[in-house]
Amino acid sequence: MSRRRHSDDSDAGQPHKRRRTSEPSEIEERLESLICRVGEKSNSSLESNLEGLAGVLEADLPNYKSKILRILCTVARLLPEKLTVYTTLVGLLNARNYNFGGEFVEAMIRQLKECLKVNMYNEAVHLVRFLSDLVNCHVIAAPSMVAMFENFVSVTQEEDVPQVRCDWYVFAFLSSLPWVGKELYEKKDAEMDRLLSQTESYLKRRQKIHVPMLQVWTADKPHPQEEYLDCLWSQIQKLKKDRWQERHILRPYLAFDSILCEALQHNLPPFTPPPHTEDSVYPMPRVIFRMFDYTDDPEGPVMPGSHSVERFVIEENLHCIIKSHWKERKTCAAQLLSYPGNNKIPLNYHIVEVIFAELFQLPSPPHIEVMYTTLLIELCKLQPGSLPQVLAQATEMLYMRLDTMNTTCVDRFINWFSHHLSNFQFRWSWEDWSDCLTQDLEKPKPKFVREVLEKCMRLSYHQRIIDIVPASFSVLSPANPVCIYKYGDESNRSLPGYTVALCLTIAIKNKASNDEIFSILKDVPNPNQDDDDDEGFTFNPLKIEVFVQTLLHLAAKSFSHSFSALAKFHEVFKTLAESDEGKLHVLRVVYEMIAVLVDKMIRTQIVDCAAVANWIFSSELAHDFTRFYIWEILHSTIRKMNKHVLKIHKELEETKARLARQHKR
Amino acid sequence: GVAMCSTGTLSILRSDSYADLSQYRDQHFRGTRYDQERLLRKSCTLYVGNLSFYTTEEQIHELFGKSGDIKKVIMGLDKVKKTACGFCFVEYYTRGDAENAMRYINGTRLDDRIIRTDWDAGFKEGRQYGRGRSGGQVRDEYRQDYDAGRGGYGKTVQ
Repeated sequence: MSRRRHSDDSDAGQPHKRRRTSEPSEIEERLESLICRVGEKSNSSLESNLEGLAGVLEADLPNYKSKILRILCTVARLLPEKLTVYTTLVGLLNARNYNFGGEFVEAMIRQLKECLKVNMYNEAVHLVRFLSDLVNCHVIAAPSMVAMFENFVSVTQEEDVPQVRCDWYVFAFLSSLPWVGKELYEKKDAEMDRLLSQTESYLKRRQKIHVPMLQVWTADKPHPQEEYLDCLWSQIQKLKKDRWQERHILRPYLAFDSILCEALQHNLPPFTPPPHTEDSVYPMPRVIFRMFDYTDDPEGPVMPGSHSVERFVIEENLHCIIKSHWKERKTCAAQLLSYPGNNKIPLNYHIVEVIFAELFQLPSPPHIEVMYTTLLIELCKLQPGSLPQVLAQATEMLYMRLDTMNTTCVDRFINWFSHHLSNFQFRWSWEDWSDCLTQDLEKPKPKFVREVLEKCMRLSYHQRIIDIVPASFSVLSPANPVCIYKYGDESNRSLPGYTVALCLTIAIKNKASNDEIFSILKDVPNPNQDDDDDEGFTFNPLKIEVFVQTLLHLAAKSFSHSFSALAKFHEVFKTLAESDEGKLHVLRVVYEMIAVLVDKMIRTQIVDCAAVANWIFSSELAHDFTRFYIWEILHSTIRKMNKHVLKIHKELEETKARLARQHKR
Repeated sequence: GVAMCSTGTLSILRSDSYADLSQYRDQHFRGTRYDQERLLRKSCTLYVGNLSFYTTEEQIHELFGKSGDIKKVIMGLDKVKKTACGFCFVEYYTRGDAENAMRYINGTRLDDRIIRTDWDAGFKEGRQYGRGRSGGQVRDEYRQDYDAGRGGYGKTVQ
């Protein structure tokens, strides 16, 4: 936050921002900046930057120790992609100041306990990993780390606890091993073997009914979609078989070995996992998304195998970068592309795979869908010679595997691809997908192309789409969206309600009042006239058709016109749609301009969410049941209902609180 | 002892430059600079510029709907001809949805044109009209280049 004083000739009424006597706050900003920026691109080597920074911080310790501790704990928690840079820094500080090292370890343990208490499990994993890498920096003694992991793994022996609780402690243990497995095994191999054996037996007996729900593809070929702990276990098994040799992780502390091995180490205090409570909420289990392997980039560096620990580390780090920088798309793209791979990994493939993993994540992506579209566009801008080709290859692969892809993921694929194309003049080699033209139109591939073209049309206009696809694709091209108004066609003049529709059109154009509208509609015969109706308000479907069709035809020019029409004739709508059948019938009639109009009708309470659900599942909509727009409406309706419930709930709580305060008086 | 706060963050992670206010302030705004900025900081309305004259409300709805539910779209009109003149306002129900539009839709393409979004203090009647002397937007008065999507050459060139 800037604290500069504004000049005195600023606008009247603007409050002056006083300069706080806040030198300490400026120093804290400077320290935070120095610490956060170490490891970024620099003229000097990382080693010399770390050494310099350690010197600066050591000098500041007498005056700013608590601030430095707080900053270091925060970067440990929030910048896991730079884990080894900061463990090295802490190692250097510990070598120069043993007490500081001890206080840092204590602060980390306190922070870990706090995170677990408030259900911040993802951040807690980063802290555990940080502590374990501190073993490599001679800050923490290996046996005490093993002891902590023994307490973690013993959680699997607890009774009557959710499986996801045990999962987390096992994950925290296993996912630290790429960093510290070698050191721990060298010092305590018997204990480690016992831990691994206990872990294995837990993994064998745990339930995995969540896997089919979370898999993006149901097929195992070409890449099985593995349960995340199973995958990690295979990776650690392989690492152990390789005698814990791990070559991908950047370890700056190796350069300082001679200094660090002189340092005195600290013992972690015994760590008891906090007990399970009613309020504990653990992370959901996951399925690992894989779409590439080493055969996909035959010319470049070899992609690490699915069971290599390198693959795990790369994916973890790339996900962390996105989590850190999701709001800043240019920074995010730049950070992803500058991930240290030393040209030994096909980085573009990893990035594309990680982004699609998030986009297709079930039940929901970690961030809003449109972020991924824009991030991929930024990446294409930064790597125009290579990334677009990888993306095209990925699109082709996703298309080939549509038959076994989860429907929700297909929807996201449709949304992404159409939006992406709209940024690149809709250029695509559609002929490559001619195979879909010979299939039944309801099959996944032709359906996908059809929905993509529909979405492309919505982002542009009908003729544009006709122009961009080959003539052979016309069977899949969207229809020209013109409204069909049956009462506007003279050949329909024998239809009941036709003359009323004409009168109504003239009346509306002449700005008739609601009462005049009602009196015109009185002349519409009711096809349900024979039904006994005790209620007094007869449901007249023909009245609804004549009114709604006529009004929307007049207002069809644009969404704004239609919304104004809904607002102006709100009372007429509500009367005609009073009964449940009435509401259902209104929805049937607005078929052509649906999604947006339905949304407006819900918001203005002409129809309710139950009516929308009944309509979608009605027999009239059967032939369009699998169309994307239907599900867009349903999802949007459910979202609105959820928001409404939350809003009402909040109001209820606030009212209760007010009442409680009143009673206290 | 050290005050631990597991909810503290770092300023580099707080950075949100796409959602910050730009330097632009509406010269026709009635009120002080301070009033305008206060409104901009809580606004759910975006100004959208560099549209093609042919871009429809439905296209805008489809694109901007990707960051959240849209409350209203108001097309910018030529003051004389009352036809679209290349800008619009998009109002969301929540600030968060508008912020996501600033982060992810600003600077991307609509009708093959890179569009620009900026915070708006709120629609008022009259603001839907271009302020250029000929009725369109000011930028189209003095433009030297030919832009097929915005009526060809600038008005003074024509």
